[in-house]
Amino acid sequence: MPLLALSDVSKRFGAHEVLKGVSLAVEAGEVVAIIGRSGSGKSTLLRCLNGLETPDAGIITFDGTRFEPRRLKELRRQIGMVFQSYNLFPHLSVERNITLGLTAGQGMALADAQREARRVLGLVDLADKIAAYPTQLSGGQQQRVAIARALAMHPRLMLFDEITAALDPELIGEVIRVLEVLARGGMTMMLVTHEMGFARRAADTVLFMHQGKIWEKGPPAQMFSAPATPELAGFIDAILSVNPGWASAAQVEPPITPILPAAP
Amino acid sequence: MGRPFATPEFLFLLGSLRWTLLLSIIAFVGGGVLGLVVAIMRIAPAPPLRWLAVGYIQLFQGTPVLMQLFVAYYGLPVLLNWQVDAWTAVTVAFTLYAAAFLAEIWRGSIQAIPRPQWEAAACISLSFPQQLWYVILPQAMRISIPPTVGFLVQLIKSTSIAAIIGFVELTRAGQLMNNATFKPMIVYPVVAAMYFVLCWPLSQLSQHLERRIDATLGIKRRL
Repeated sequence: MPLLALSDVSKRFGAHEVLKGVSLAVEAGEVVAIIGRSGSGKSTLLRCLNGLETPDAGIITFDGTRFEPRRLKELRRQIGMVFQSYNLFPHLSVERNITLGLTAGQGMALADAQREARRVLGLVDLADKIAAYPTQLSGGQQQRVAIARALAMHPRLMLFDEITAALDPELIGEVIRVLEVLARGGMTMMLVTHEMGFARRAADTVLFMHQGKIWEKGPPAQMFSAPATPELAGFIDAILSVNPGWASAAQVEPPITPILPAAP
Repeated sequence: MGRPFATPEFLFLLGSLRWTLLLSIIAFVGGGVLGLVVAIMRIAPAPPLRWLAVGYIQLFQGTPVLMQLFVAYYGLPVLLNWQVDAWTAVTVAFTLYAAAFLAEIWRGSIQAIPRPQWEAAACISLSFPQQLWYVILPQAMRISIPPTVGFLVQLIKSTSIAAIIGFVELTRAGQLMNNATFKPMIVYPVVAAMYFVLCWPLSQLSQHLERRIDATLGIKRRL
């Protein structure tokens, strides 16, 4: 049984149909990269997966449990989410940002939650920033704290919504590195991303979204080197034209390697 | 000629200041508690709660506080056959009045907190009240300090309206002293100065609080 299953999920905002019958199965341990032009429904799809948006039609099940409003809180404990704009709580220290969901949300004792905060901050290599406030951190550091905050819940699925899109180029690498460690550790992950290098290296499956549908789906090597649809081919061309460095890397590097490249 | 304006007259005014102060405190604290409830109802997920809150705010913001005072003092005895004294009438009227304005100030502050903060709080599986309490209200509080203190200053000054139904607070005491001494150019400036002494430190306190919270959050002020 897949960890996450979507069956014919649709979502519209007013007259605009953002998702048009999306069906998908994600296995435990799978890393799914979602690519596509802006407005193709990628972020909406991700936001439906932890109840930030409610689909108008279709069924989503997580580990056999169907999404319903009254089960949302329980599901969110198991499904972590990281946003493009970090969304740390600016009035709370790094430690409290992480412990809040554990103490208030899950009723964990504060001392245990603090131990957990130290553990997850270690995972993202920010143990020394435990007492800092978000505004004192760089964008890359804030994003790693946001990842740590989600990891503290011991999620079984992590959702990443363009988490490097707001970062300065030199800070993207440190966040990607954390993602790669997670992927290698067997975390089930779904990422909306423009980091094609990362998608190609770390993803098991690439979804190309177009006009609210999963237009094309497959392993990254196949998707990037032999796109089946003209839409995906056009999308890849468009990315290559603004990011020629990736083009040469794509030709030289093998499809999937654990080696971390320079920031694109 | 009336009696002179000397120490006893001054002390009478000073003594009446405590009623202005007490009325302001009760209206602010009572109005604050009620106002917070109304503010939260105003943004609650359930529509009926929102309608109720909007109706309350519209009613009390759209009518003069003087009319609210008249209704409380002259109207309630007729309507409910319940004789209220001036003190009860003014505290009830000003509390309800303050609640409407504080609710609207705080509703605005809560809604000024970006939507993603709610979402991030929801994503770590906090319930709606928890999202509000741990994430939104602390941030909204910082934004709300200047308008809240601004309203408190307005409230202190508007308690002078209570003089009209004969409640002896600072303004009413000033009228009484003026009638006794016929020295309006002494009595009323002294009364005004007493209001100023009450209100000015509050503005200072507001600025101090803002700076302190900014320092805690590491926010650099743009002037």
